[in-house]
Amino acid sequence: MNGKITELILKRIGVMFLTLWLVATLIFIASNLLPGDAATASLGQFATKETVEGLRSALGLDQPPLQRYFSWMAALVQGDAGISLVNKQPVIDQLLGRMSNTLFLAALTTAIAIPVALFIGVTSAIWRGSFYDRLVSGSSVLAMSTPEFMVATLIVFVFAVHLGWLPALANLNAASTLDLMKSLLMPVCVLVFIVVAQMARMIRAALISTLQSSYIEMSTLKGATRNRIVLRHAMPNALAPILNSTALALNSLLSGVVFVEIIFNYPGVARLMVDAVSTRDIPLVQACAMVFCSSYLILVTIADIFAIITNPRLRRGRAH
Amino acid sequence: MSSPAENRLISAFRFSPAAIISLAIILFWTAIAIIGPWIAPHSPGRIVDFDVFGPMSASFPAGSDYMGRDMLSRIIVGTRYTVGISVTATLIASFVGTFLGLFAAVSGGAVDSVLSRAMDTLISLPSTIFALVIVAGLGSSIPVLIGASAFLYTPGIYRVARAVALTIVVQDFVTAARARGEGKLYIMLREVLPNMLPPVLTDFGVRFVYIMLLISGLGFLGLGVQPPEVDWGTLVYENLAGVGLGAPAAFLPAFCVVSLALAVNLFLDSIGDRAKAGSSEL
Amino acid sequence: MSQPFLRIKNLEICVPGAGGKPRPIVQDIELTLEKGQVLALIGESGSGKTTIALSMMGYARSGCSFTKGSVVVDGTNMLDLTFEQRRHLRGNKIAYIPQSAAASFNPAFRLIDQITESARIHGTMTRPEAAAKARALFAELGLPDPDRIGERYPHEVSGGQLQRMIAAMAMLNDPALIILDEPTTALDVTTQIEVLRAFKRMVQNHHATAVYVSHDLAVVAQMADKIAVLKDGTLQEVDETGHLLSSPSAAYTRELLAAAEPHERAKLGDTSSIRPLVEVRDLNAGYGAIKNNTATFPIVHDVSFDIAPGEIVGVIGESGSGKSTLARVLAGIHPASKGRMTIEGEDIGLQGKARSKERRQAVQMVFQMADTALNPAQTIHQLLRRPLDFYDIGDKSRRDARVFELMDLVQIPRSAAGRRPGELSGGQKQRVNLARAVAAEPKLLLCDEVTSALDTIVASSVLNLLTDLRHEFGLAMLFISHDLGTVSAICDQVMVMYRGRIVTKAAPQNLTHPPVSPYTEMLIRSVPQLRPGWLEEAEQGMPALREAVARL
Repeated sequence: MNGKITELILKRIGVMFLTLWLVATLIFIASNLLPGDAATASLGQFATKETVEGLRSALGLDQPPLQRYFSWMAALVQGDAGISLVNKQPVIDQLLGRMSNTLFLAALTTAIAIPVALFIGVTSAIWRGSFYDRLVSGSSVLAMSTPEFMVATLIVFVFAVHLGWLPALANLNAASTLDLMKSLLMPVCVLVFIVVAQMARMIRAALISTLQSSYIEMSTLKGATRNRIVLRHAMPNALAPILNSTALALNSLLSGVVFVEIIFNYPGVARLMVDAVSTRDIPLVQACAMVFCSSYLILVTIADIFAIITNPRLRRGRAH
Repeated sequence: MSSPAENRLISAFRFSPAAIISLAIILFWTAIAIIGPWIAPHSPGRIVDFDVFGPMSASFPAGSDYMGRDMLSRIIVGTRYTVGISVTATLIASFVGTFLGLFAAVSGGAVDSVLSRAMDTLISLPSTIFALVIVAGLGSSIPVLIGASAFLYTPGIYRVARAVALTIVVQDFVTAARARGEGKLYIMLREVLPNMLPPVLTDFGVRFVYIMLLISGLGFLGLGVQPPEVDWGTLVYENLAGVGLGAPAAFLPAFCVVSLALAVNLFLDSIGDRAKAGSSEL
Repeated sequence: MSQPFLRIKNLEICVPGAGGKPRPIVQDIELTLEKGQVLALIGESGSGKTTIALSMMGYARSGCSFTKGSVVVDGTNMLDLTFEQRRHLRGNKIAYIPQSAAASFNPAFRLIDQITESARIHGTMTRPEAAAKARALFAELGLPDPDRIGERYPHEVSGGQLQRMIAAMAMLNDPALIILDEPTTALDVTTQIEVLRAFKRMVQNHHATAVYVSHDLAVVAQMADKIAVLKDGTLQEVDETGHLLSSPSAAYTRELLAAAEPHERAKLGDTSSIRPLVEVRDLNAGYGAIKNNTATFPIVHDVSFDIAPGEIVGVIGESGSGKSTLARVLAGIHPASKGRMTIEGEDIGLQGKARSKERRQAVQMVFQMADTALNPAQTIHQLLRRPLDFYDIGDKSRRDARVFELMDLVQIPRSAAGRRPGELSGGQKQRVNLARAVAAEPKLLLCDEVTSALDTIVASSVLNLLTDLRHEFGLAMLFISHDLGTVSAICDQVMVMYRGRIVTKAAPQNLTHPPVSPYTEMLIRSVPQLRPGWLEEAEQGMPALREAVARL
């Protein structure tokens, strides 16, 4: 670890906070400043003018946009996400319990998906052009052409409806661990499938582009074994792009989680958010969006920091 | 007289059966999208079957929906919305993204860094999540769906276009044009853009699939195209209760999405030149 | 008579051609090599020399396949072996030295770990033994600080040193056959001579059997006992080095030899009395912000020179000498931090971006790589027509006719007007490139390494064309090159650049006459000559010169 690396990491973290701020601003703009007033939406079109005005001032919607933006941002920084328009409870209270549920689902998926994707991506790069490789490529194209909701509804139809092996809905309060596992099996499998398809394809591409370098040809001409060429010579150099694509593939996890929570009726943030969108509960939508965007940003930043640490060119300064 | 890129396209048509089949599927759906309302056997809104979630039959080849309406007609009419919204949004995103990417690459310096910084921020928005925010703020309507998906996919197109343009901008023929004293617009449109077309067109297909999946996903959540208009995603949403019954109405619209997405992906794969440099031994 | 150490019989190597039918890129190759000898494979790009060399390791690059013949090394046919069997020979009995060591070292590992890797792979030595051997080889190859240089990463070592270190890697397991694939082509001449010397000593010390692949006859003349000349994948002739150079039998070899001999074009003679057309004074340029007429990273320092009408002034220098920056400043692509250029007394404006169209028209640049200098999406006609339209040259109705005249001038058939650059040969592209610059009717033509990407014979014809142009139009030319032979062949005056300064300015025939800068002397001595024995001769006195240059 040297000064250059520390500096780059600090810079990267700085960029993350800047981006987070910009993202928060965009969320505010998209959900708040555009026409279509939350008060009107929440009371319905038959509300009297007075009740709408009353709610508007209660929500602070009568203030100028800029001022609203600043007070929203100030509150957000202190962890105050506002009051729900629908049930008039603090948003943060609804969010906290749900967050751990979604985190659990996402963490479980990631823990399974990353090793599986790495294995598939690396092996298909090693046996490039083989039947196995074509099978993997073909399946990932199929997976990438299939909407997440279809993967989930099909699996429900087959295993819950047709075969009746697994419950159609996720139940976190299941009586036994076995029941809990049974009820989580399908949601997790769907998410793993979605994430692995993206991730394995990207890992394979990153590795193959590294395999085309001159130093790989050189290691072949040195008599290195196939495994040594891929694992020892190509992997360290493909690590940065692999990490990056891993993080990007988690984008598909974020969208997958929305559909999985809806279809399996899983009590997580994504379902909360979809419900909030339907009721146009703007403060809740904003808070949920912030949860997703910031966790995604943090993951991408972590991947970038790993890439910085493992970059051989930064490990030592230029001697000349 | 044809360029190498055109030759590649032509030879792909000639030799790859996968390319021919996928192109046929793409053209099929395009045709349905255009002439759909005239060939639908029933009015999509009319209740024609006493049975709800009816199976596939001679009179209702795609079964009937949760209200007993003809699914085939609804799918045919829905094609126009799914394909139309996706194509329009992709066109807008491609146009804006390519132009901005090209502009950034040719301008360089501060213009490039500011634009790229901004696009990097937008690219770190998870698309489904942010689409939900926009729908929450603006309500769901066709212009909002088009605008939101175009907005969310512009940064990706920008990135690809800029990266491609950057490799072209550093080439000597662009430097030669600069030395000659050519203006920025001429350099962008005449020197750089024509050489960007193959990757930009490929990217168009890739983004079209992404956008179609996003639109269908929003439809599935009930936040996409609103009744009485329907698209493929909304059709699945309406008939979700049919999953338990194994009704075709709950699955067929999703199969339509897959068929078109897969056709586009396979078509791109089969025309994409996957030059396999390096050793054949690996 | 015993079997020769290496015997290639009836070798054919194919790539997939149109319609999937195999198309041979190398055919009917018959070669032998005795133990302890050096065989050179010489030919221009596309001659198949590297493909043949790699076949000796049983290796075919992606897409290529061995379709006929045998390559027997020390009794084993390399083409019959399984991957595993070939793997055991590679890096062990047969070693490879690639053209670019910089790209061939893995950026992720220390050099010593990569250099000793083949000992680990093949289990020939323990790690400390291999490291000790590597250090001994570093010393033998004349690398500085041999005990510690291996601890560095590839990006921390210079190109010439990396090239020697990759030779150490090849020698580690005492291979019976070494394949050197253009090992000095990527280096500057003054570095090349050092590396060549080190390689030659190494080959002699180890009595190595080697195959040396190169496009440069003069380099090969120093290294090889026997030369095989290749063209378009077929063998033209094989002969012992001295004999091949003195009495070549194949027509193509004679052509190569003729092109390698500098052939002087008509010169202008003394121009000191003629009023200069172009005057450059006190030019400074660099990168980064410009403050007080100085750039943050200055590259070019205080350059002044004149060019008379019809005169060709050469600029010669190695990579990093600032010659390309100089050209870019004169072309108006890069701002000068200080200095001025006048053409016919009128200031062209070197600083800032605002150079008017008319002034730009007066200075045209011909770029090095015709492949990238011509827009692949435009036709030849469009490419040549654009300067006419842009600078509004001549009557509109006459411009199409003018395009054809330009094509005649550079000897491109008129039928090619509708083609795109991708459909022309390298030499033709460079002619179009020239024609486009000439179309603008400039007063000064800047030629940046216009022949370095071309094969010798094609390059020679482009030089002829340049000489014709200057006689026909009285163009002033600045001819930039790293190749002394080319510069001497066509320039009236030569300027030698070193670290951004002009260290010598003289007529080409006077470059060898003192007093010249020690750098100029070193540069001239470093240029390989066809005569066998030149390398040893040139090394005499080189260390002293190097020291003098280091003091500059």
